[in-house]
Amino acid sequence: MLEIKNLHAGIDGKEILKGLTLTINPGEVHAIMGPNGSGKSTLANVLAGRPRYVATSGEVLYEGKNLLELPPEERAREGVFLAMQYPVEIPGVNNIYFLKAALNAVRKHRGEEELDAMEFLQLAREKMKVVELDEAFMNRGVNEGFSGGEKKRNEIFQMAVLDPKLAILDETDSGLDIDALRIVAQGVNALRSEHHAVLVITHYQRLLRYLVPDFVHVLANGRIVKSGGKELAEELEQKGYDWIEEEVA
Amino acid sequence: MSNLEIQEIARQDYKYGFITDIESDTAPPGLNEDIIRFISAKKQEPEWLLEWRLKSFRHWLTMKEPTWANVHYPPIDYQATSYYSAPKQKKKLNSLDEVDPEVRATFTKLGISLEEQKRLTGVAVDAVFDSVSVATTFRAELAKVGVIFCSFSDAVKDHPDLVRKYLGSVVPYTDNFFATLNSAVFTDGSFCYIPKGVRCPMELSTYFRINQANTGQFERTLIVADEGAYVSYLEGCTAPMRDENQLHAAVVELIALDGGTIKYSTVQNWYPGDKNGKGGIYNFVTKRGKAFNKSKISWTQVETGSAITWKYPSCILQGDDSVGEFYSVALTNNYQQADTGTKMIHIGKNTRSTIVSKGISAGHGQQTYRGEVKIMKNAENARNYSQCDSLLLGDKCGAHTFPYIEVRNSTATMEHEASTSKIGEDQLFYAQQRGISAEDAVSMIVNGFCREVFRELPMEFAVEAQKLLGVSLEGSVG
Repeated sequence: MLEIKNLHAGIDGKEILKGLTLTINPGEVHAIMGPNGSGKSTLANVLAGRPRYVATSGEVLYEGKNLLELPPEERAREGVFLAMQYPVEIPGVNNIYFLKAALNAVRKHRGEEELDAMEFLQLAREKMKVVELDEAFMNRGVNEGFSGGEKKRNEIFQMAVLDPKLAILDETDSGLDIDALRIVAQGVNALRSEHHAVLVITHYQRLLRYLVPDFVHVLANGRIVKSGGKELAEELEQKGYDWIEEEVA
Repeated sequence: MSNLEIQEIARQDYKYGFITDIESDTAPPGLNEDIIRFISAKKQEPEWLLEWRLKSFRHWLTMKEPTWANVHYPPIDYQATSYYSAPKQKKKLNSLDEVDPEVRATFTKLGISLEEQKRLTGVAVDAVFDSVSVATTFRAELAKVGVIFCSFSDAVKDHPDLVRKYLGSVVPYTDNFFATLNSAVFTDGSFCYIPKGVRCPMELSTYFRINQANTGQFERTLIVADEGAYVSYLEGCTAPMRDENQLHAAVVELIALDGGTIKYSTVQNWYPGDKNGKGGIYNFVTKRGKAFNKSKISWTQVETGSAITWKYPSCILQGDDSVGEFYSVALTNNYQQADTGTKMIHIGKNTRSTIVSKGISAGHGQQTYRGEVKIMKNAENARNYSQCDSLLLGDKCGAHTFPYIEVRNSTATMEHEASTSKIGEDQLFYAQQRGISAEDAVSMIVNGFCREVFRELPMEFAVEAQKLLGVSLEGSVG
């Protein structure tokens, strides 16, 4: 589904990813872990097409297409979803209206019929339960006045509604209490299937207790330096990142 | 999204740029007492009105064009403008079918065909086409409850006493350069009178359209809500594309007598000039209402058009317990300039006013909010709440805020809030990452920004306003 080959990328002329290679197949859940500044968020943002994040060389194929040349909204419509580390507020824009516009843009792209207000509401209610969000949230502005945990749950709610093929979670677990963590994992687990792939970017291992990955990769200094199964995450939790850095150095 | 892309989106042509070819009955360019006599004679006006015009003109000659506004334009040659233009009509019309088909086609292009208005919306429309009313609908139905809604010229003929009593009672002929000019040369406009205790059974609506090249537009609107009466009045306009600047100096006077309510909503979409700032309407408008005891005057405006906007719908809260409101969305794109705001003059006791102003600048647009809240000596317990928010799209536009507050009574309560924000790259990216195009995202963000004003508009107008904002921005930032 996703093939990243020798990707070099950075921001404002500073190279952060220095030859990253990674393949993700449908049905797989990959976790990328690594110390601060290793390039985790850069990877997420380059894949989603955030302005200022520039790929300088290498290749990213998504379902055979050159992902890097698609504008961000095209990537989203093709099924790439980024749960953001810092979701922004859009005051005055109704949460549910925003999501309906998003879903219908995606559906239109897929050649599916757009949902009307009633159909959409039904779908939204169903997905809301998964992330245990109150309906009152839906009529507030997008993330307007939401707590950190509510914003993250809203990301997972949006993901559930949009049903992406490739979901990227950029440190969704940071700053969450144990209940919110469980809810986020619940949302992601509900998405897991043989057609879906998930890329979890995290600093800590604790989310991975609820959300068991098939593969764990360690990112250091812009490259994947070690890959393994879920037990690698536990090892990292116990030993920290230093031993890896020493090992590669 | 980069500034380049933003500029690309902002570059959208004016949708309503077409010109209707109608034989005009146009005065030669120039301004002197003979021209004023010509206008007055054309309109078969009574002597007192001609005198009032001449008085205004003589006063105007002593005045200087104001320069305090934050707008820049080449000097206007008032002698190069023609002050009268009317579509020729051979006879009085009895029904819509008799209206010039070209005129009707123009309305159809704008999506405001009279028959549709009549059938679908139940809105009575007094269509002002180049200064002269072409058709007035629903007059009979309104007459049943005693509501008078007609062109200003008809009002002069049919209700001279009412016109004479209220004309200039809120905006005196000496008021300001543009209002005084209007008083001298106004050609037509709308008149509306709601009798005591009557709630006007429908929204009253006028569509203005500037059609004649080089013809200044000098509309005059007078609305009187008698004691305990209620009226909601809608003003909306689009103009055809023109290369030369067109001067527009309207005057609107509202009078709400004891317990009366006037809600005045405007959607203004005159030709703003092309993307290089060439052409476009100069809009210098004086709008003011006088509120007597326990009455209420509410202005809501959505301003997206004109090359230059100079406009301050105001309330004189003369009576005790009277209420004034001003809700405004103003958008400037490309090289548009707007200096707009309001004045709330608190004279009576327990008077209250609310100001909510939302300014959106894109392209090279420059926007100024200018507001004045004045609490006079005897205005015990007056209250004002002001909120001025500016939204910037791109980095070549500007927003300026000049709030003036003058309090002469210590029991007053004043609140003022202001903010300036930029449509963030982050917000746009967030929406795009969910599959929403940049253009839709901007329109969504802007509409969200304006929600407090839009909810003051009548439903169908709110929809129109949102569309208009979308159209005006397609080319500024999405």
